[in-house]
Amino acid sequence: MPGQDDTDALFKALADPSRRRLLDLLHAHDGRTLTELCAHLDMTRQGVTQHLDVLEAANLLATVRRGRRKLHFLNPVPLQEIYERWIAKFEKPRLKALADLKRRLEKAHD
Amino acid sequence: MTRSTFLYVTYIRTTPERLWSALTHDAEFMKRYWFGTHCESDWTAGSPWRMVRPDGIVTDAGEILESDPPRRLVIRWRHQNQPEIKAEGESLCVIELEPNGAAVKLTITHSIEREPSQLITAVSGGWPKILSNLKSLLETGEVALKDAYRTECAR
Repeated sequence: MPGQDDTDALFKALADPSRRRLLDLLHAHDGRTLTELCAHLDMTRQGVTQHLDVLEAANLLATVRRGRRKLHFLNPVPLQEIYERWIAKFEKPRLKALADLKRRLEKAHD
Repeated sequence: MTRSTFLYVTYIRTTPERLWSALTHDAEFMKRYWFGTHCESDWTAGSPWRMVRPDGIVTDAGEILESDPPRRLVIRWRHQNQPEIKAEGESLCVIELEPNGAAVKLTITHSIEREPSQLITAVSGGWPKILSNLKSLLETGEVALKDAYRTECAR
Protein backbone atom coordinates (compact mmCIF):
# COMPACT_ATOMS: atom_id res chain seq x y z
CA MET A 1 0.00 0.00 0.00
CA PRO A 2 1.29 3.47 -0.74
CA GLY A 3 1.99 6.00 1.99
CA GLN A 4 4.34 6.44 4.95
CA ASP A 5 4.52 2.69 5.63
CA ASP A 6 5.71 2.22 2.07
CA THR A 7 8.55 4.67 2.53
CA ASP A 8 9.53 2.98 5.80
CA ALA A 9 9.51 -0.45 4.13
CA LEU A 10 11.56 0.92 1.23
CA PHE A 11 14.34 2.40 3.36
CA LYS A 12 14.35 -0.60 5.70
CA ALA A 13 14.78 -2.86 2.68
CA LEU A 14 17.66 -0.74 1.40
CA ALA A 15 19.37 -0.61 4.81
CA ASP A 16 21.00 -4.01 4.47
CA PRO A 17 24.14 -4.82 2.48
CA SER A 18 22.95 -8.27 1.40
CA ARG A 19 19.71 -6.84 0.03
CA ARG A 20 21.59 -4.11 -1.80
CA ARG A 21 23.85 -6.83 -3.21
CA LEU A 22 20.75 -8.68 -4.46
CA LEU A 23 19.52 -5.47 -6.12
CA ASP A 24 22.97 -4.98 -7.70
CA LEU A 25 22.87 -8.54 -9.05
CA LEU A 26 19.44 -7.94 -10.57
CA HIS A 27 20.53 -4.58 -11.92
CA ALA A 28 23.41 -6.30 -13.71
CA HIS A 29 21.17 -9.07 -14.99
CA ASP A 30 17.43 -9.13 -14.47
CA GLY A 31 15.11 -12.11 -14.41
CA ARG A 32 17.18 -14.48 -12.25
CA THR A 33 15.98 -17.49 -10.31
CA LEU A 34 16.57 -18.02 -6.59
CA THR A 35 19.24 -20.63 -7.37
CA GLU A 36 21.11 -18.21 -9.64
CA LEU A 37 20.99 -15.51 -6.96
CA CYS A 38 22.16 -17.91 -4.23
CA ALA A 39 25.27 -18.72 -6.25
CA HIS A 40 26.47 -15.13 -5.74
CA LEU A 41 25.85 -14.85 -2.00
CA ASP A 42 27.53 -16.62 0.89
CA MET A 43 24.24 -17.34 2.60
CA THR A 44 21.70 -20.14 3.00
CA ARG A 45 18.86 -20.48 0.51
CA GLN A 46 16.42 -19.64 3.32
CA GLY A 47 18.39 -16.50 4.13
CA VAL A 48 18.29 -15.32 0.52
CA THR A 49 14.55 -16.11 0.35
CA GLN A 50 13.92 -13.94 3.42
CA HIS A 51 15.84 -11.02 1.93
CA LEU A 52 13.95 -11.38 -1.36
CA ASP A 53 10.65 -11.31 0.56
CA VAL A 54 11.63 -8.04 2.27
CA LEU A 55 12.58 -6.53 -1.11
CA GLU A 56 9.31 -7.69 -2.65
CA ALA A 57 7.27 -6.27 0.26
CA ALA A 58 8.99 -2.92 -0.36
CA ASN A 59 8.08 -3.24 -4.06
CA LEU A 60 11.76 -3.09 -5.02
CA LEU A 61 11.48 -6.51 -6.56
CA ALA A 62 8.82 -8.18 -8.68
CA THR A 63 8.53 -11.82 -9.63
CA VAL A 64 7.15 -13.60 -12.66
CA ARG A 65 6.43 -17.31 -13.10
CA ARG A 66 7.67 -18.81 -16.36
CA GLY A 67 6.67 -22.44 -16.33
CA ARG A 68 8.19 -23.93 -13.19
CA ARG A 69 10.70 -21.13 -12.76
CA LYS A 70 10.16 -18.04 -10.65
CA LEU A 71 12.13 -15.10 -12.05
CA HIS A 72 13.11 -12.06 -10.01
CA PHE A 73 13.19 -8.56 -11.47
CA LEU A 74 14.39 -5.26 -10.06
CA ASN A 75 11.46 -2.84 -9.94
CA PRO A 76 12.85 0.69 -10.32
CA VAL A 77 9.57 2.58 -9.75
CA PRO A 78 10.02 3.23 -5.97
CA LEU A 79 13.60 4.46 -6.62
CA GLN A 80 12.21 6.86 -9.22
CA GLU A 81 9.87 8.19 -6.52
CA ILE A 82 12.84 8.82 -4.21
CA TYR A 83 14.56 10.65 -7.06
CA GLU A 84 11.52 12.82 -7.70
CA ARG A 85 10.98 13.59 -4.05
CA TRP A 86 14.47 14.80 -3.23
CA ILE A 87 16.52 15.23 -6.38
CA ALA A 88 14.42 16.19 -9.42
CA LYS A 89 13.86 19.78 -8.31
CA PHE A 90 17.63 20.38 -8.38
CA GLU A 91 17.90 19.37 -12.03
CA LYS A 92 16.10 22.39 -13.47
CA PRO A 93 18.40 25.08 -12.01
CA ARG A 94 21.37 23.08 -13.31
CA LEU A 95 19.93 23.00 -16.81
CA LYS A 96 19.18 26.70 -16.62
CA ALA A 97 22.74 27.40 -15.47
CA LEU A 98 24.09 25.49 -18.48
CA ALA A 99 21.78 27.34 -20.86
CA ASP A 100 22.86 30.69 -19.35
CA LEU A 101 26.53 29.72 -19.65
CA LYS A 102 26.08 28.76 -23.30
CA ARG A 103 24.33 32.05 -24.05
CA ARG A 104 27.06 34.07 -22.30
CA LEU A 105 29.93 32.24 -23.99
CA GLU A 106 28.35 32.49 -27.41
CA LYS A 107 27.67 36.17 -26.93
CA ALA A 108 31.31 36.76 -25.91
CA HIS A 109 32.39 34.92 -29.05
CA ASP A 110 30.46 37.28 -31.39
CA MET B 1 16.00 -17.73 -27.49
CA THR B 2 17.28 -15.03 -25.13
CA ARG B 3 14.89 -12.38 -24.13
CA SER B 4 15.26 -8.90 -22.63
CA THR B 5 12.55 -8.07 -20.14
CA PHE B 6 11.82 -5.17 -17.89
CA LEU B 7 9.17 -5.28 -15.23
CA TYR B 8 7.57 -2.33 -13.47
CA VAL B 9 5.18 -2.49 -10.56
CA THR B 10 3.42 0.33 -8.83
CA TYR B 11 0.45 0.55 -6.46
CA ILE B 12 -1.94 3.40 -7.21
CA ARG B 13 -4.80 4.47 -4.95
CA THR B 14 -7.54 4.54 -7.58
CA THR B 15 -10.06 2.19 -9.17
CA PRO B 16 -9.19 -0.27 -11.97
CA GLU B 17 -11.69 1.52 -14.24
CA ARG B 18 -10.10 4.92 -13.72
CA LEU B 19 -6.60 3.51 -14.20
CA TRP B 20 -7.66 1.66 -17.36
CA SER B 21 -9.08 4.88 -18.78
CA ALA B 22 -5.88 6.77 -17.89
CA LEU B 23 -3.80 4.13 -19.71
CA THR B 24 -5.99 3.90 -22.82
CA HIS B 25 -8.66 6.16 -24.33
CA ASP B 26 -8.26 9.27 -22.17
CA ALA B 27 -5.62 10.84 -24.44
CA GLU B 28 -5.75 14.27 -22.78
CA PHE B 29 -5.13 12.72 -19.37
CA MET B 30 -2.33 10.59 -20.81
CA LYS B 31 -0.56 13.68 -22.19
CA ARG B 32 -0.44 15.12 -18.67
CA TYR B 33 1.58 12.25 -17.21
CA TRP B 34 3.36 11.10 -20.41
CA PHE B 35 5.17 14.40 -21.09
CA GLY B 36 2.82 15.39 -23.92
CA THR B 37 2.85 12.00 -25.64
CA HIS B 38 -0.36 10.05 -26.15
CA CYS B 39 -1.43 6.76 -27.69
CA GLU B 40 -4.07 6.27 -30.36
CA SER B 41 -6.12 3.08 -30.71
CA ASP B 42 -9.63 1.68 -30.40
CA TRP B 43 -8.17 -0.39 -27.55
CA THR B 44 -9.85 -3.60 -28.72
CA ALA B 45 -8.02 -6.79 -29.76
CA GLY B 46 -6.84 -6.52 -33.35
CA SER B 47 -6.88 -2.69 -33.48
CA PRO B 48 -3.84 -0.75 -34.59
CA TRP B 49 -2.01 1.16 -31.87
CA ARG B 50 0.42 4.05 -32.13
CA MET B 51 2.26 6.42 -29.86
CA VAL B 52 2.37 10.06 -30.91
CA ARG B 53 4.82 12.63 -29.61
CA PRO B 54 3.73 16.27 -28.99
CA ASP B 55 5.33 17.28 -32.33
CA GLY B 56 3.11 14.75 -34.14
CA ILE B 57 5.85 12.20 -34.83
CA VAL B 58 4.80 8.57 -34.39
CA THR B 59 7.56 7.05 -32.29
CA ASP B 60 6.11 3.58 -31.81
CA ALA B 61 3.35 1.57 -33.47
CA GLY B 62 1.81 -1.87 -33.39
CA GLU B 63 -1.38 -3.69 -32.57
CA ILE B 64 -3.54 -4.49 -29.57
CA LEU B 65 -3.23 -8.26 -29.12
CA GLU B 66 -5.44 -8.64 -26.06
CA SER B 67 -7.82 -6.24 -24.39
CA ASP B 68 -9.74 -7.22 -21.26
CA PRO B 69 -10.82 -3.97 -19.57
CA PRO B 70 -10.07 -3.13 -16.80
CA ARG B 71 -7.67 -6.02 -16.25
CA ARG B 72 -5.25 -6.80 -19.04
CA LEU B 73 -3.89 -5.16 -22.18
CA VAL B 74 -1.27 -6.65 -24.47
CA ILE B 75 0.38 -4.49 -27.14
CA ARG B 76 2.62 -5.67 -29.99
CA TRP B 77 5.00 -2.75 -29.99
CA ARG B 78 7.59 -1.69 -32.54
CA HIS B 79 9.69 1.43 -32.47
CA GLN B 80 9.36 3.57 -35.63
CA ASN B 81 11.52 6.64 -35.30
CA GLN B 82 15.13 5.44 -35.05
CA PRO B 83 16.20 2.93 -37.73
CA GLU B 84 18.55 0.91 -35.48
CA ILE B 85 15.83 0.43 -32.86
CA LYS B 86 13.14 -0.23 -35.47
CA ALA B 87 15.42 -2.96 -36.86
CA GLU B 88 15.15 -4.83 -33.55
CA GLY B 89 11.60 -5.74 -34.53
CA GLU B 90 8.59 -6.30 -32.36
CA SER B 91 8.40 -6.19 -28.61
CA LEU B 92 5.58 -7.16 -26.31
CA CYS B 93 4.11 -4.89 -23.67
CA VAL B 94 1.78 -6.53 -21.15
CA ILE B 95 -0.18 -4.24 -18.84
CA GLU B 96 -1.96 -5.85 -15.89
CA LEU B 97 -4.26 -4.25 -13.31
CA GLU B 98 -5.18 -6.04 -10.09
CA PRO B 99 -7.23 -4.58 -7.23
CA ASN B 100 -5.15 -4.59 -4.03
CA GLY B 101 -7.01 -3.24 -0.99
CA ALA B 102 -7.73 0.45 -1.58
CA ALA B 103 -5.24 0.51 -4.45
CA VAL B 104 -4.65 -1.10 -7.81
CA LYS B 105 -1.46 -3.00 -8.51
CA LEU B 106 -0.24 -2.01 -11.96
CA THR B 107 2.33 -4.32 -13.57
CA ILE B 108 3.98 -3.52 -16.89
CA THR B 109 6.16 -6.17 -18.50
CA HIS B 110 8.01 -5.09 -21.61
CA SER B 111 10.03 -7.74 -23.43
CA ILE B 112 11.73 -8.46 -26.73
CA GLU B 113 13.24 -11.69 -28.05
CA ARG B 114 16.82 -10.43 -28.14
CA GLU B 115 19.53 -9.46 -25.75
CA PRO B 116 20.77 -6.82 -25.43
CA SER B 117 18.04 -4.58 -26.79
CA GLN B 118 18.27 -0.85 -27.43
CA LEU B 119 14.48 -0.62 -27.37
CA ILE B 120 14.28 -2.12 -23.89
CA THR B 121 17.11 0.14 -22.73
CA ALA B 122 15.27 3.17 -24.16
CA VAL B 123 11.91 2.33 -22.60
CA SER B 124 13.56 1.42 -19.30
CA GLY B 125 14.44 5.09 -18.85
CA GLY B 126 10.89 6.12 -19.62
CA TRP B 127 8.55 3.72 -17.82
CA PRO B 128 9.56 4.53 -14.21
CA LYS B 129 9.06 8.26 -14.83
CA ILE B 130 5.76 7.75 -16.63
CA LEU B 131 4.40 5.41 -13.96
CA SER B 132 5.54 7.64 -11.15
CA ASN B 133 3.85 10.62 -12.82
CA LEU B 134 0.69 8.61 -13.46
CA LYS B 135 0.53 7.55 -9.79
CA SER B 136 1.10 11.09 -8.63
CA LEU B 137 -1.51 12.54 -11.03
CA LEU B 138 -4.19 10.00 -10.09
CA GLU B 139 -3.54 10.28 -6.36
CA THR B 140 -2.88 14.01 -5.96
CA GLY B 141 -4.04 15.68 -9.18
CA GLU B 142 -0.49 16.85 -9.93
CA VAL B 143 2.40 15.30 -11.83
CA ALA B 144 5.77 14.94 -10.11
CA LEU B 145 7.92 15.59 -13.18
CA LYS B 146 7.03 18.03 -15.92
CA ASP B 147 10.05 17.51 -18.18
CA ALA B 148 11.23 14.26 -19.60
CA TYR B 149 14.54 15.41 -21.01
CA ARG B 150 16.32 12.32 -19.73
CA THR B 151 13.77 10.07 -21.40
CA GLU B 152 14.26 11.97 -24.62
CA CYS B 153 18.02 11.56 -24.33
CA ALA B 154 17.50 7.81 -24.04
CA ARG B 155 15.48 7.79 -27.25
